[in-house]
Amino acid sequence: MLGLYLHRESVVHRLPAGAKLGGLLLVTILVLALPGGWGALAAGSIGAALLVAARLPAGRVLAELRAPVLMLTLLFGFQALLAGSGWEETAVAVARFTALILLATLVTLTTRVMDMVDLFERLFGLLRPVGVNPAKMALMLALTIRFIPLLGEQVREVRMAQRARGVERNIAALFVPLLVKILTMADDLTAALEARGYDPVDAGTNDSKTKNSTQR
Amino acid sequence: MLSTRDLVLCALFAALLGGLGMAPPIPLGFLPVPVTAQTLGVMLAGTILGAKRGGIAALLFVLLVAAGLPLLAGGRGGIGVLMGPTGGFVLSWPVGAFVTGWLAERFATTANPIRLFAVSVLGGILVVYAGGIPWLWLVAGLPVDKAVFGTLAFVPGDLIKAGIAAVAASGVRRAGILPIHA
Repeated sequence: MLGLYLHRESVVHRLPAGAKLGGLLLVTILVLALPGGWGALAAGSIGAALLVAARLPAGRVLAELRAPVLMLTLLFGFQALLAGSGWEETAVAVARFTALILLATLVTLTTRVMDMVDLFERLFGLLRPVGVNPAKMALMLALTIRFIPLLGEQVREVRMAQRARGVERNIAALFVPLLVKILTMADDLTAALEARGYDPVDAGTNDSKTKNSTQR
Repeated sequence: MLSTRDLVLCALFAALLGGLGMAPPIPLGFLPVPVTAQTLGVMLAGTILGAKRGGIAALLFVLLVAAGLPLLAGGRGGIGVLMGPTGGFVLSWPVGAFVTGWLAERFATTANPIRLFAVSVLGGILVVYAGGIPWLWLVAGLPVDKAVFGTLAFVPGDLIKAGIAAVAASGVRRAGILPIHA
């Protein structure tokens, strides 16, 4: 399944997902802690440098930024008008978050979905002491990715059936059959998983076995 | 302890949230604004799967959005969207689904649509706004009273979604294949 990832041969793309996410977290904290526009300027410069280093098309990246920047500008402008605070403050606040959103977008565009999911799985390992089973989380993430096109198809199918019967505006007529279908699918899919030897009690006790059951 | 069937149900409802984002918005005869159904999916995850599984389903969805899948309505996704001004609403979905389910397990265990509506409003609207509005304040510096006022515009649409979720959940319960305490 395709994500927002844009493949290029670059150093930024090759960086491990954990380094990118950790770096983003660090820069975010620094930008929010630094007063005034310096943090925004620094983060913006880092973003611009990364954009060039990652060889991404600037137009595509800026397109991702358009909606949040527009919204932020409106919100801050509205607020500046109401509160009568200076436009400089508004500009600095918009710049800060634009820079941070730019960096976050760059992380998403340069990191494969599966690399990010692998990182999440490792992070879930840290939550084992509080009762989180990383193997089960990993399996569910993999299953969800597999099920998304399936569910998109189900939603379309049920809507088409309702349209054919002339009840497309009856929302209950859309969701009840969809949900019933999902719940019956769950039984079949459970049987399919267990037929392939998946044992929920076993999961997470043996790593190599779990890797097999996630079908990656 | 999640059984194999629980794992499958969580993944299916997480995928349903994604599927609802992909589907074209549902036209409502009497409203000019079409309903994008993803928050409806949050309410359904809670009322149908219950607190734990509903919360996990929404969490899986948010994680995959963060991982870079374009699953939010309009094909949006990635960490940038979650960090943006409206990110708090999406980040609150797991909590919203959990609370909806928690309330449903206690106060809406039958097919009574009014009770299902009430728990959907509390978990799917109140909790989600309680997460989204402070985020808006934090990210956009919008004062809480203004943020509350601004989001009021979305309340009628969300109430309609809670109504649809209630009718749908009630219909599923009457169909008698509900896994809520299974």
